[in-house]
Amino acid sequence: MSVQTPSKLQKMIQSGNFAITSEVGPPRSADGVIIEEKGRLIQDYVDAINVTDNQTSVCRLCSLAAVIRLKLMGLEPVLQMTTRDRNRIALQSDVLGAASFGIHNILCLTGDHQHFGDHPKAVNVFDLDSIQLIQTVKIMRDEGRLLGGHEFHVKPEMFIGAAANPFAGPNLEIRVARLAKKVNAGVQFIQTQCIYNMDTFREFMKMVVDRGMHEKVAILAGITPMKNVGMARYMQKRVPGIDVPEEVVKRIGGVPKEKQADEGINLAVEQMEELKGMEGVRGFHIMAIEWEEKVPEIVQRVGLYPRPKLDG
Amino acid sequence: MIKAVGKPLEEVIGMVENFRKILVAGCDGCVTVCEAGGLKEAKTLASALRLYFTQAGKAAQVDETSLTRQCEPEYLAQLRDNIDGYDAVVSMACGCGVQFLAEMYDKKIVFPGVDTCFMGVNEERGLFTERCQACGRCILAETGGICPIARCSKRMLNGPCGGSEKGKCEVSSEIPCGWELIYQRLKTLGQLDRFENPVEPKDWTTSRDGGVRKIVREDLRI
Amino acid sequence: MRLQYPPTVRIIEVPCTGKVDINHLLLAFEQGADGVMVVGCLEGDCHYRVGNLHAKKRVKRTKEILDKVGVGGERLAMFNLSSAMGGRFAEIVQEMTQKILELGPSPVRMAMGKAA
Repeated sequence: MSVQTPSKLQKMIQSGNFAITSEVGPPRSADGVIIEEKGRLIQDYVDAINVTDNQTSVCRLCSLAAVIRLKLMGLEPVLQMTTRDRNRIALQSDVLGAASFGIHNILCLTGDHQHFGDHPKAVNVFDLDSIQLIQTVKIMRDEGRLLGGHEFHVKPEMFIGAAANPFAGPNLEIRVARLAKKVNAGVQFIQTQCIYNMDTFREFMKMVVDRGMHEKVAILAGITPMKNVGMARYMQKRVPGIDVPEEVVKRIGGVPKEKQADEGINLAVEQMEELKGMEGVRGFHIMAIEWEEKVPEIVQRVGLYPRPKLDG
Repeated sequence: MIKAVGKPLEEVIGMVENFRKILVAGCDGCVTVCEAGGLKEAKTLASALRLYFTQAGKAAQVDETSLTRQCEPEYLAQLRDNIDGYDAVVSMACGCGVQFLAEMYDKKIVFPGVDTCFMGVNEERGLFTERCQACGRCILAETGGICPIARCSKRMLNGPCGGSEKGKCEVSSEIPCGWELIYQRLKTLGQLDRFENPVEPKDWTTSRDGGVRKIVREDLRI
Repeated sequence: MRLQYPPTVRIIEVPCTGKVDINHLLLAFEQGADGVMVVGCLEGDCHYRVGNLHAKKRVKRTKEILDKVGVGGERLAMFNLSSAMGGRFAEIVQEMTQKILELGPSPVRMAMGKAA
């Protein structure tokens, strides 16, 4: 977290307040207006807004175009970049492009394999992985240099983020070791995969704190509210890397259909309250997929609205 | 070795149905080992084609043979004496052999009889799995003898990704997570410290991305 | 046992059905056989352990080939019985003969006959 950038997200984290980020899913068309609408819906409740990058390999309006639009609206966007679809030339090119519009936050991801999406016949790139992308952005920012050696003066002032998934295999030790690798590579903030298994997450944070990593990187806990029991089951069975304990599915399924959405929000709020007290957790990343309208309610109920005003 | 699988029979029939004198040429190399294009498989294909032509009322001659290797001019030369008697050749060799045969007999119509799939091993008879992507700069010393380019679906050098679950790849539960395998091996070898250091971006110039490849061994050439 | 069964079957003895190759089966049809039966030991009782299981797989594959080349996989069948089951043997020959009579002569034999 040492390198300072103009990022407002970085400032919020450094102020010691809980930081809140959320995401906007771009449309599957050339409709830019919908991004503005979604952005306006949540802008007062979050410190920065991610735009996903062809998430789950489903082709959408690109993150780069969407974050530029949000920036021009006066909002604080987070550019998401996967290495699945672009080689190092395109990745560095897009970083320069985003930076040229004053985008100061980037989330470096490897990306879901294309078989999940609507273009499984496509080639994949994976010239770099997420850790190498972190290294690349750091070199561009701190040394004004591209991987190929070219040097330049107007540097991308990026606050560098990445994802962490405490729930993926092989085991917690390796997930923590991988986080350490990302920290070594230069990552400054983390947005975790959405949490449902609090025990596992608690253990993960303990290991992170034991290694002193919480002082080097700001961890924002990922929260995705469940809309209904169908969503809970789907995420439990069909989405790799997400751990939904049976109690959670039972809880959502245990109330009548019309109450399930509310119960999902209740659960999310309860989790956030508990996470507020967990050492090393510096904020939240709320991923309310196609449910952005619930973000204001969630932020209000955990007592994090209005967002603190910072100077500068 | 190279692993291949016989093309669907209907596809081969579609290729040759208008020809009347066909040679099915197997290869005693890799395709024999994976039982896709050796002499036995050539005989099966030739027999199937003869049955097809006969019941369709089309007079056709289908012969079978197998060469020691089709990736070697000296062995391909064995066909020189009788290839003129055929108007089409179905080569059951891997993609390399099919092409080399077609190069040598460039006026002959040559069809591929197998789909060449990957470089891999025989885990058991009938179970072949991919092991090598021919990246041209082997890093097995750094990953406990397990290749992340071939065995990680995202060819990550700093894996595993967040989709690794219970030792399986997010692409399919039939694919072991390459990085889980590497982790277990490094643990066995006492080399887990390798996990902490970021691995730099790969130089892909020695792989397919650098352009069509060639090896010239001056020490072997007169 | 001196049981009666149709004289339609030409018996080729092998030490184990595991010895039967796909190419042998196809050759029989190439030479004009209207039907082919592969008769092996009961599963689990193969004298050579899994010979009859190999045969089962090869018969399945050959049936697929026969379907694709216009001969018809139903002309090939595998049966499992022990050498003590004489009665069953007569039965399966009856069954197969009946089936082949219904299917008619092999299209290969018909075409060969026309060409002759």
